[in-house]
Amino acid sequence: MQIDFKLPSLGADMESAILTQWLKKPGDTIHRGEALAVVETAKGLIDIESFHDGQVAALVAAAGTKVPVGAVLARIDSETAEIVPSAAQVPAPAIPSAVVLPKREASAMTEVTAPRTGTSGAAPHRRPISPAARRRAHELGIAAETLAQTAGSGAIHVEDVEKLAAQAAPPAAPDPRNAMRIAIGTAMARSKREIPHYYLAQAVDFAAAREWLTGYNSRVPVGERLIEGVLLIRAVALAASKIGDFNGYFRNERFEPAKSVHIGTAIALRGGGLVAPALLDADRKDLKTLMQEFSDLVTRVRSGHMRSGEFTAATITVTSLGSDGADVLYPIINPPQVAIVGAGIVTERPWVVNGKLLVRPLLNLTVAGDHRVTDGRAGSRFLRVIADLLANPEQL
Amino acid sequence: MNAEAAASGGTVTNRVTYREAAREAIRAALRADPRVFLMGEDVGRYGGCYAVTKGLLDEFGPERIRDTPLSESAFVGAGIGAALGGMRPIVEIMTVNFSLLALDQILNNAATLCHMSGGQMNVPLVIRMATGAGRQLAAQHSHSLEGWYAHIPGLRIVAPATIDDARWMLSAALACPDPVLLFEHIFLYNLEGPLAAEIGGIDIDRAAVRRPGRDVVLITYGGSLHKCLTAAEHLAAQGVEAEVLDLRTLRPLDDQTIMDSVRRTHRVVVVDEGWRSGSLAAEITTRIVEQAFYELDAPVCRVCTAEVPVPYPQHLEEAALPNPSRILAAVRQVLAHGESP
Amino acid sequence: MNDDADSALTRERGLSLLRDMLRVRCFEDRCVQLYGELKIRGFLHLCNGEEAVAVGAMRSLGEDDAIVSTYREHGHALARGLPMNAVMAEMYGKQTGSSRGRGGSMHIFDISKRFYGGNAIVGGGLPVSIGLALAQKLQRQSTITACFFGDGAVAEGEFHESLNLAALWSLPVLFLCENNLYAMGTALARAESEIDIAAKARGYRIDAAAIDGMDVLAVQTAVRAAADRIRHGGGPVFLEMRTYRFRAHSMFDAQLYRDKTETEAWQKKGPIITLTTRLKAANLMKEEDYQRLEREARAEVEAAVAFAERSDWEPVSNLERYVYAEPAQ
Repeated sequence: MQIDFKLPSLGADMESAILTQWLKKPGDTIHRGEALAVVETAKGLIDIESFHDGQVAALVAAAGTKVPVGAVLARIDSETAEIVPSAAQVPAPAIPSAVVLPKREASAMTEVTAPRTGTSGAAPHRRPISPAARRRAHELGIAAETLAQTAGSGAIHVEDVEKLAAQAAPPAAPDPRNAMRIAIGTAMARSKREIPHYYLAQAVDFAAAREWLTGYNSRVPVGERLIEGVLLIRAVALAASKIGDFNGYFRNERFEPAKSVHIGTAIALRGGGLVAPALLDADRKDLKTLMQEFSDLVTRVRSGHMRSGEFTAATITVTSLGSDGADVLYPIINPPQVAIVGAGIVTERPWVVNGKLLVRPLLNLTVAGDHRVTDGRAGSRFLRVIADLLANPEQL
Repeated sequence: MNAEAAASGGTVTNRVTYREAAREAIRAALRADPRVFLMGEDVGRYGGCYAVTKGLLDEFGPERIRDTPLSESAFVGAGIGAALGGMRPIVEIMTVNFSLLALDQILNNAATLCHMSGGQMNVPLVIRMATGAGRQLAAQHSHSLEGWYAHIPGLRIVAPATIDDARWMLSAALACPDPVLLFEHIFLYNLEGPLAAEIGGIDIDRAAVRRPGRDVVLITYGGSLHKCLTAAEHLAAQGVEAEVLDLRTLRPLDDQTIMDSVRRTHRVVVVDEGWRSGSLAAEITTRIVEQAFYELDAPVCRVCTAEVPVPYPQHLEEAALPNPSRILAAVRQVLAHGESP
Repeated sequence: MNDDADSALTRERGLSLLRDMLRVRCFEDRCVQLYGELKIRGFLHLCNGEEAVAVGAMRSLGEDDAIVSTYREHGHALARGLPMNAVMAEMYGKQTGSSRGRGGSMHIFDISKRFYGGNAIVGGGLPVSIGLALAQKLQRQSTITACFFGDGAVAEGEFHESLNLAALWSLPVLFLCENNLYAMGTALARAESEIDIAAKARGYRIDAAAIDGMDVLAVQTAVRAAADRIRHGGGPVFLEMRTYRFRAHSMFDAQLYRDKTETEAWQKKGPIITLTTRLKAANLMKEEDYQRLEREARAEVEAAVAFAERSDWEPVSNLERYVYAEPAQ
């Protein structure tokens, strides 16, 4: 019968070889083990041998050509067929047995180190929130509790936060305000639930401040002009620094006064919603600096470029209703802070000055205090400091 | 020392050193099983480089306590062959630093014979090695390569860090049908403490919580255990309750116990005397990310040896190795993570 | 073992030795073809020319003696009595192989024959062999350990450490060095300052001799005498078998380091030709006997190939087994 003589694989990484030289030609006898051709490989010239006795019938590959492994190089007529026994002759395969070990004694394996279990048992269940989701929630102003309460099982990921933010809106475009509304609502509900608020109000003659402000603004470039709100922020900062009980956090069932005074300034977002990021160290910065930082803050808040620290740093908050709100504002404290100062709009009202009835611009200041930390007397003093400063704006 | 008392499950009898406990372990093993013998450099006449085998030559004779020439490859290979041939050898390589001369036997034979033979042969060999740094022994005598060895399938790696483990882990290792590398940190030899008179049995597949905690877990092994316990005492005074987890077995790692600690504390510091890059600490950190990602409140922090061959002068060596103040700094970092400045 | 080393050469003994060598030779030649056909993969190291060492030595070793070998081990395995089916299946990587297919050509193991592989690291088996011998000595067994290795191992540190320790502790090891003059492509004279390998062993106070590795009868006699001496407490013995490797180091080797004429000269005095010539000259055998033995050997090889072809692959789900010893179910 005729047998194909193929280029053998000679190594793990051999793919082809160059047939360099035929050592036999058609009609020649060939013996098992005898070299039939020489091939060139990456390692050099190697003889390739025939595995059969017989006669060379035909040379298929030409000398000098590159041939892949397995290609037919020649054909050989051979009588020495392989003796392939029938299946019955071969004994059944026996798989070598793995090492068999004696069974372990049941008593042998006891744990030796019994830990002092103060807190044994499983930790309380937490709905898993991925770090990326946490960050996104923070950016959107969604509280962690809100996230944890969302329906569903498994971990909460960024997409879930986006979905939550977009939820509740009718078919139209996603409305992040709703998430914010929910978040604000949750925070305010908690505040009212946990903090025993007391309220004090004080009407303040704003004429001196206005006059001072007009004078100041006329002397500086437009870009450096101050707004009324900044005077208030500064006054509250100085008051908070002087009367420390209004500046800090109520945590772990006690008041922790803060070393610095960071004024949370409530800023309304276009399209609704309110955030209160902090102006840091407001007691140590002059009005000019505060104005710059405040402007920058407003710009960034409205364009969504806040820094996470800014949301949590405030030690007391100041809030106002802008230019078209009510006379008096009764604000709600932002936990864990312990006080909040509110300002109504400045309106002209009848006022008694030195026994005479005059028309004055009046600002209604309110303070809400945490009764666990301060009381009405302290609150009154606090308001008076602010009022005095506003009456003497050159001290700001 | 409180941790030692708490850790021992049996009745406390006397105070011993870690060295004495290790010696007693060898003595007990030789007495219990005639197949057990010990060989290594200077284990007999000299009494052992760290005096662990002092007196054993007189007690058991030169056939069972064999001094070898300085031929790590040959005597580790001999241990492998003797184990194949029915004995239960304990090979002592003076320190892990010299084990490099026997790496071919350890990796290509001890770890691999079972698999290469399709499970026909097992190698019940125990190799004891001293490891670690801190005595100004300089670069070539200060390696901690147990994390490297823990990379290799076919080996079991254990690191007894307490007196009880020094006494009882050896017998568990000898009972194991597979090759066990047992690492003794050089700083532990002088450690003194109570030793349980008897213990029901030792599981060398489990990590152990040496100090339960709540705010952070310090995951460690070997010579670093006591540094972590010291750090935990400091932290307790500051109101931070640190859990300390002693891995005990480095291969296989006890994932379940590790993840339990992570779930309890949500913040992790891994303390490992190997070099930082590609360390065992890196493996543990990755497993925590794989199995308990959502339990983390902060990224895992590692305290490892600095990326430098261990230097000779004390202040540099101290700065390079893990120590309690570096551990404290890592804990602070992990607790502060994500907080506003 | 069929040890008749001390008896005169008879037809029966001669044909038996010839059959064993032909089994190895045919097996090796068939492997060349299978490798070329991609049935055997990885590295393949063949022992054509060295059959007398394997067959002669195994004849003189006891069933309970331990054997440590190298990556050029097919001859050792077959002469030791490992079933050819299992060895061929191992070459293929099938689960019916002697190592369950896990090892391949270089890692053949059979605990029932005390055949401890199969080591791909040159010199890597010597330390293990002295350990096996140490166990035999400590357990007061009358068995010995035979360790095969090549001239290349002589350069490795493990060789020297092992010989020293074996002599120092008087271990029952028979060191069998197959000196085929080349460590892969490096000739002995280019690697060793002292090329008399037996002399190196004497330097460790080990009794050593050089034997004509092409003469199966000489090998059988020498190994028998050495094994006896060791068994009777004589300490280790070293035999340098002077032989030659007819084929390349492994399959993918252009043999640039040696001359074809040298190979051809050695082939003319190869182990099979040597024994055949001697048997015919003594009128103990005829050409038909040779042809018959060769046919039978090839038939056995073909049956082994068929067995391997038919056998199953180990399921991938088993991948992580056999890394550690498995307890009884």
